[in-house]
Amino acid sequence: MNDSPLNPASASLVLCPDGPILVRGDFDVVLPSGEPVPRQRQTVALCRCGASAIKPYCDGTHKLINFRTEPPDLQGRGNKQGKSPRES
Amino acid sequence: MNIPEPRGPISAGLIALLTRDPGADPAALATLHALVTERVAVVEDLIDDDVQLALFCLYELHYGGLAGVDDGWEWHPGLIGIRHLMEEPFEAWLRSEASVMTDSVRTPASRTHGSDATAALLFDMAARDSGPSVSRHVAKKATVEQLREFLIHKSLYQLKEADPHTWAIPRLTGRAKAALVEIQADEYGGGRPERMHSALFARTMRGLGLNDSYGGYVDAVPAITLASVNMMSLFGLNRRLRGAIAGHLAMYEMTSSRPNQLYGNGFRRLGFDAAVTGYFDEHVEADAVHEQIAGRDLAGGLVEAEPDLLDDVLFGAAAASCIDVRFGVHLMDAWESGRSSLRSLVPATN
Repeated sequence: MNDSPLNPASASLVLCPDGPILVRGDFDVVLPSGEPVPRQRQTVALCRCGASAIKPYCDGTHKLINFRTEPPDLQGRGNKQGKSPRES
Repeated sequence: MNIPEPRGPISAGLIALLTRDPGADPAALATLHALVTERVAVVEDLIDDDVQLALFCLYELHYGGLAGVDDGWEWHPGLIGIRHLMEEPFEAWLRSEASVMTDSVRTPASRTHGSDATAALLFDMAARDSGPSVSRHVAKKATVEQLREFLIHKSLYQLKEADPHTWAIPRLTGRAKAALVEIQADEYGGGRPERMHSALFARTMRGLGLNDSYGGYVDAVPAITLASVNMMSLFGLNRRLRGAIAGHLAMYEMTSSRPNQLYGNGFRRLGFDAAVTGYFDEHVEADAVHEQIAGRDLAGGLVEAEPDLLDDVLFGAAAASCIDVRFGVHLMDAWESGRSSLRSLVPATN
């Protein structure tokens, strides 16, 4: 999101608060062997909470387990201002 | 789609008018206008069969059209005027119903509302436990006949899935516009027609022996089913309601992954294969992506750019939830009493 227009990153990873990592752009999802992982869409959400039944992809289970990506004291400050301290 | 059977004087008058040439009978148009004016003044619950069917037909002129109806009717001013007569009270009714939820949402006093904060508000709204759980019933208890009914209700929207939200693209700019296009590209199969969500749903219907033609079951579904689609058309087709369509999409996506997992489980329980469950499986994964984009980039981005639209974003989300609850109540009332949730007997196979 802070890319120089002359040198845009080829892919970006969006750290969704209390949720997955959204990956946009030009990238491959592969196993260590290099074999591609089945992929149905351009922009994917990668599981961050570990509880998805369809890993590596997110299936929304993070909402059911109240997964939090910030410690409680940072999170409170982050949400009130509408921004997280580190993540723009 | 084929012209539906009328459900009262408004839909009867409208359908009779539409089968003639546009503007051929000004007297009939004026009569219908007067009839609708009179009727909407006394209707209290806008989930009315006659009104919702008339609205559905009028909106359909902007989508796939009605068989035997001249496309020239789409922008006929007299017809648009009649539609307004019903849209106004429908919107007012939706706002009133939604106010229970929106009144309880605490929005910050500050004028600027970052996209993360908007997304958090919407996720909170989506997490509220509301109404009976149709998806749990489908997962564990539904009969095959109930699964067919479920698909029949859903078919009114899913066979044109995503179209109502697509209307909003020209009305947005920047981040919100890019986000909506990103979501919709996925909805429409990312360039592969067989992966289009509407195509996946048609395949599910065929697996249950249902007629997959668009609008094939319009006569079978009650007013609440029509209203859930009309609400989307109302929001999507009006620039002034662009906040509402963004909020609607966010809520829709945010309440999708888990229920679709449960729907898929129900169909698997009754022995249906991946050709049938593919629609639900796709949505579990797709909507986990879409809810983030819709909540943060679309709705959140829109509110950052146009802070005055926050109220409408929340309205759209709350209205989606209210209508969904009412639909769920209708379904579960019928099924728990061993009754059909549809209006008339539907043949089990083509």
